[in-house]
Amino acid sequence: MPLPEGIYGLMAEFDSPSDLVHAAKAAHAEGYRRMDCYTPYPVEEAAEAIGFHRDEVSLVCLIGGLLGLAAMFGLETWINVWAYPLNVAGRPYYSWPAFVVPAYEWTILYAGLSACFGMLALNGLPKLYHPVFNAPNFRNGATTDKFFLCVESTDPKFDVMETRSFLEAHTPVSVVEVEY
Amino acid sequence: MATKDAPVHNPMVDPVTGEYRVIAPGHTFKSVTEKVSRIVLTSHTPLGWWFGFVVAGGFVGMLLTAVTWLFLKGVGIWAITIPVAWGFAIINFVWWIGIGHAGTLISAILLLFKQSWRNSINRFAEAMTIFAVVCAGMFPLIHVGRPWLGYWLFPYPNTMNYWPQFRSPLLWDVFAVSTYATISVVFWYMGMIPDLGTMRDRSQSKAGQFIYGMLSCGWRGSVRHWMRYETASLLLAGLATPLVLSVHSVISLDFAVALLPGWHTTIFPPYFVAGAIYSGFAMVLTLAIPIRKFYHLEDLITIRHIDNCGKVMLATGMIVAYGYSTEVFMSWYSASHWEYFMMWNRMFGPMGWSYWVLITCNIALPQLMWLRKFRTNVGLMFLMSLIVNTGMWFERFVIVVTSLTRDYLPSSWGTYRATRWDYMTFAGTLGLFTFLFFLFVRFLPMIPMSELRLMLPQARVREKAEPLPEAGD
Repeated sequence: MPLPEGIYGLMAEFDSPSDLVHAAKAAHAEGYRRMDCYTPYPVEEAAEAIGFHRDEVSLVCLIGGLLGLAAMFGLETWINVWAYPLNVAGRPYYSWPAFVVPAYEWTILYAGLSACFGMLALNGLPKLYHPVFNAPNFRNGATTDKFFLCVESTDPKFDVMETRSFLEAHTPVSVVEVEY
Repeated sequence: MATKDAPVHNPMVDPVTGEYRVIAPGHTFKSVTEKVSRIVLTSHTPLGWWFGFVVAGGFVGMLLTAVTWLFLKGVGIWAITIPVAWGFAIINFVWWIGIGHAGTLISAILLLFKQSWRNSINRFAEAMTIFAVVCAGMFPLIHVGRPWLGYWLFPYPNTMNYWPQFRSPLLWDVFAVSTYATISVVFWYMGMIPDLGTMRDRSQSKAGQFIYGMLSCGWRGSVRHWMRYETASLLLAGLATPLVLSVHSVISLDFAVALLPGWHTTIFPPYFVAGAIYSGFAMVLTLAIPIRKFYHLEDLITIRHIDNCGKVMLATGMIVAYGYSTEVFMSWYSASHWEYFMMWNRMFGPMGWSYWVLITCNIALPQLMWLRKFRTNVGLMFLMSLIVNTGMWFERFVIVVTSLTRDYLPSSWGTYRATRWDYMTFAGTLGLFTFLFFLFVRFLPMIPMSELRLMLPQARVREKAEPLPEAGD
């Protein structure tokens, strides 16, 4: 648990994605691990630079899809074979080819909902308050045209003076302290 | 060919490829963001917006009137009767759902094919999908006669101890359309979350910051979040692609499973899907052309987009033409008297005119789009989009009405003439669609800003010449 006193971290602002990626790579090489980049559009190289390679969204989506398939196919079978057997022109109660269509739709429905809400949950969203918004220059740029690298104070290597001079060596526009 | 036709000094033409650019040159991350967000964040609502909004609102009023009268009197106020029990309601349902399909095609299939030009038009194409599905979904519901019992279509435990019958394509429709609506909304909303974050940060008003802040879920642009977001987008695109193909296929099965001549054919699913995409792209142009003019978005929705939409329409139009000719061929080749008569009746029967309207609008006139000069002419393309939309509406009219009016037994033949309530309901949904669209362009970013930024040349990460500093310890 991060302590509520002190600062959240140090935030360096960059003008271009390339500067951000170089700084992030250097920080990772320096041994920093608890850090994050904030960009106005997906910058894959930055994610790789801070050592984030894989996410579990696909797995959540797969599980959701299989659940949807099982739920609908099971429901159809139960309804048409046991709960409410209806003889339509002598067709078999267990008409599995006809059951495929709704089961297919629900596979997609569950998989899609799991992908979206799974993504949000893994991201810890919705989270309306976050310390990074306290950085004075953050809201003006992070969702428009600026690139940020935030080294968090919970990192074992974090030291306000040393980390600041390390970040300043990578030609940022500015380095600011982020309050909790 | 390309460089010859386009003026050489036109800044909108890429000198290397000779193609029109996807974004006008000289834009920065900030300029595209401002251009898109200003439309929403301005406190000054353009007079033209109010005008369109009020006119569309009038049509919504008409829809409410028509539907209220329908609820009071029953479906008898429409022209539906035996043998034509489907009439306008099903024609409009199929037409609207078809229009929605292009939105999903643009947002999902073109994403999978890495067609980055789609980025500027995908948001409002998705919005178009949702609003079209809203209009479409209304028709079967009000067509059932007792719409307040519409929930009987869903399997839920009830005191009647009754369950739906899963072997009917009409029930498949319920699941296909409800899934389609849900996934479209999810895809649209999820794609908007980062942009809503931008709106929150750029909004000057407290209310704007609060509402966009809530809607954006507190998006802060962390690259970890972005990576999961990208995975989820790709997955949703991968899921929406088979979904969209299945939705119109299932709808076509409502027809194809019936034994009626003109309906009972295996070509229906692919030919319905192609027709859906055809009319949907036409609707994209019908919306995009006035919007880019009105909001001065020529830099972001360029001639390239219009040209590409024209090409897609040409391709899908050819598939539709193939479908029509297969129908004609099969009615002859089947050697079935009924099939043969159905085709003759379609072409030369009492409603034969509608067949020729459809052939003119969907096959003959769109051939003009082979010409690059035509495809890059904004006014003509707008006109063409209206023609194709009309043609596709008549396609559904021909399928539903001419097949139903004259089936096997001449003694049960009938005719069909829509009443004013039919027309009012249809025009009302056009109004509702426009009304929702006006609200959308006023309150939400209609072009995905984060995806535009990604398309700019400065978004690429460049390698530095000097080596990275050595690890300190």
